[in-house]
Amino acid sequence: MNKEDYKRLVKKHTPKEPRLRNIVIAFFVGGTIGFLAEFLIFLLKESFGLSASIAGVWTCIIIIGVASLLTALGFFDNWVNKCKCGLIIPTTGFAHSVTSSALDYKKDGLITGLGSNFFKLAGSVILYGIISAFILVIIRVVING
Amino acid sequence: MNFLYAFLFAGFACSIAQIILDNTKLTPGHITSIYTALGAVLSFLGVYDKLLIKFGGGASVLISNFGHMLYSSAIQGYYEEGFIGILTRMLTKSSAAITSAIVFAFLITLVFKPKD
Repeated sequence: MNKEDYKRLVKKHTPKEPRLRNIVIAFFVGGTIGFLAEFLIFLLKESFGLSASIAGVWTCIIIIGVASLLTALGFFDNWVNKCKCGLIIPTTGFAHSVTSSALDYKKDGLITGLGSNFFKLAGSVILYGIISAFILVIIRVVING
Repeated sequence: MNFLYAFLFAGFACSIAQIILDNTKLTPGHITSIYTALGAVLSFLGVYDKLLIKFGGGASVLISNFGHMLYSSAIQGYYEEGFIGILTRMLTKSSAAITSAIVFAFLITLVFKPKD
């Protein structure tokens, strides 16, 4: 069997991802999290009389806390496998990646394990976020003089 | 009506990400980084503030909001303190998200054991 035949054989037997279903699930899960965030902001504003920006910060903290807790309880990994981008793109994905890498490397010790690997997955978000924001601010400053 | 808009926008952003994930070789790590950078670009173009007004929680819950917070606090720092303000203010708005993620993850890791 030559390489081409082998490739064809592998392709034939690779299970096909149900793409349309994935998109629909991502839409509804992501949408639900967006809805919950908006609902929490509304609730905090109405019942505690917080300003819009403070309510937004509290909502962010609550969502991160709940996502971390659910990751530690072991629910979140299964849900991420099923819902994929519906849970990865909201802030829940950030909290999940920090907590799961912290839990995974805890056994290697507090410094060499937990400390060194804490931002293993979330590090790229922080790095490229800051680099792109920095470059864009410089561009804005140059344009505006 | 706000709730419906928040639902539709967050769902739309997630389904676009899912389409990218399924049709390219990019990993979730690539996509979250792209979304964060995209948030900074949209903030640079002045679009993200409008998205936040229109879609509220639907726009603020996305990882793109992190890029928006970085850009908007850095540019605000520049206007108030000059060049050094870019460096000293970059993380002001996103501080709550980063700090709470670190604190929750650390405390929870001390208490819980990893599953399987």
